[in-house]
Amino acid sequence: MKKLINEPDAAVDEMLEGMVAAHPELRRLEGTEVVVRADAPVEGKVGIVSGGGSGHEPTHAGYIGDGMLDGAAAGEVFTSPTADQLSEMIQACDGGEGVFCVVKNYEGDVMNFETAIEMAEMEADTDVGYVVVDDDVAVEDSLYTSGRRGVAGTIFVHKAAGAMAHRGADLAEIERVAEKVTDRVGTMGTALTSCVTPEKGEATFDLGEDEIELGIGIHGEPGTERTEIMSADEITDHLAEAVLEDLGVESGAEVATIVNGMGGTPLMELYVVNRRLQALLEDRGLETWNARVGDYMTSLDMMGCSITVLELDDELKELLAYPAETPGLTVTEG
Amino acid sequence: MDREAQAEAIREATAAMADRMAAEKSVLTDLDSAIGDADHGANMNRGFQAALERLEDADDDPATLVKTVGVALVSEVGGAAGPLYGGSLMKASGELEEGVTAESSVAFAERYLETVEERGKASVGDKTMVDAITPAVHTYKKSIEVDDCDPLEALGKAVDAAERGVAFTTPIRAKKGRASYLGWRSVGHQDPGATSTLYLLEELLEVAREHLDGDVETDAEADVDPEELAEPAAGGEVDESANSDGGS
Repeated sequence: MKKLINEPDAAVDEMLEGMVAAHPELRRLEGTEVVVRADAPVEGKVGIVSGGGSGHEPTHAGYIGDGMLDGAAAGEVFTSPTADQLSEMIQACDGGEGVFCVVKNYEGDVMNFETAIEMAEMEADTDVGYVVVDDDVAVEDSLYTSGRRGVAGTIFVHKAAGAMAHRGADLAEIERVAEKVTDRVGTMGTALTSCVTPEKGEATFDLGEDEIELGIGIHGEPGTERTEIMSADEITDHLAEAVLEDLGVESGAEVATIVNGMGGTPLMELYVVNRRLQALLEDRGLETWNARVGDYMTSLDMMGCSITVLELDDELKELLAYPAETPGLTVTEG
Repeated sequence: MDREAQAEAIREATAAMADRMAAEKSVLTDLDSAIGDADHGANMNRGFQAALERLEDADDDPATLVKTVGVALVSEVGGAAGPLYGGSLMKASGELEEGVTAESSVAFAERYLETVEERGKASVGDKTMVDAITPAVHTYKKSIEVDDCDPLEALGKAVDAAERGVAFTTPIRAKKGRASYLGWRSVGHQDPGATSTLYLLEELLEVAREHLDGDVETDAEADVDPEELAEPAAGGEVDESANSDGGS
């Protein structure tokens, strides 16, 4: 397998080095795989942080910047960061108002964040809150989770929590909004090919030439069913209907959507999917207030996509429209 | 047993545990490769080697030492085992701030179990380390509080209970952790986390014996004033117990 990698073991470290070199507004905490805003901690603002395994870029460090995250910790590929590094990140992002952690629902991530929060409270008396995002409607339990997995819907939590913090909200208010987004967001994905991890250098699962896996996670872990390849419209219908059914969104509601690429999908195909998604939503009497298309939470080089739907209200619209400037997502005023 | 002796016992117990993890590395990895991701032996070995290194510069205070071991395990073991072993040890170490006594060792053990259950969201019968820790902690507490055992005897009974708990993990189906994904295929395999817990408790018991055996025997045989005996024995045992609990 051909890859732009020097040594598999060095890939995460070298990626972070390159990332910080490209974005002078980011800096790395020495001796760690933690990236924070260059000016962290921002005094007088709740710090918003996230983290998880690598291989999902631009998640997580790609969402660091004004109006979104203050810090992000990168674990090894598809592996949780360790609690000591998460604790360092939390402490480095505390500007006196506490820190809020956005955690995706994977056993390792949740356990390490919980431990890190205790460490930060013990060592630095930091006030910490957190939310566990579990937006994947495909499976209840999986290889890595009890309950649902946290996937691309997490981007909306980063955005809403980041906007709240920027506006001066306290920890409790931020937690309320993060929970609200988590309650109202759903995602389902599909894989056309397996991803290839640097370590293994080969496909992590076998998928036939004419097969796709529905309900796929972001680590190549199995989904709900394997079927023969369908048309883009049929796949879109399948994913979107599962999400809408789970959310129970009623006609007349306003939604924000993400057609997320898994890392190896041409943008052309993502737009083809989005075309059908928007038509389907309109058919259901739903109004799309904002539609995003692109690579937001990837699975290395996997071909495939996920569809995320968030049911909006006035508060969430305001927060999603709030300006943000990060390597992975920018929202400008107006 | 004064605090310095307690600290020494904790250091010895950690060293014994590190040796044991090195010796059992491939056994644990084999168990893990059957129902997990085949890294438990290497991870635990790396974690305890790091713990030994970090103890070199740590203050001779029981709670600090146990916490230091916990932080090392959190940093180096990784995955879920890091927070489960290390995080629980860190949290439980708070119970030893006044030193190791029979009483504080029971509190330590209970806090350790409670943290593992909370963090892992696991209960007895899920085929996890909880199946080894729960009988050990319950037996230890009962032996001390109900049966008036001395701490060394209580620890011996706790290790026996943990051993039965480990055996219990083999014929049952995994409901938590990565093994749960295998469903019925996990039946017939011994749980690696429960196994490493037992190994650590066994080492704790060995070190406890070296420090407390003399006292205990004298006590029992020579009809010594119980109060005089209770202090040092409890201290020593708690020390070890705390450490082992942490380790497990």
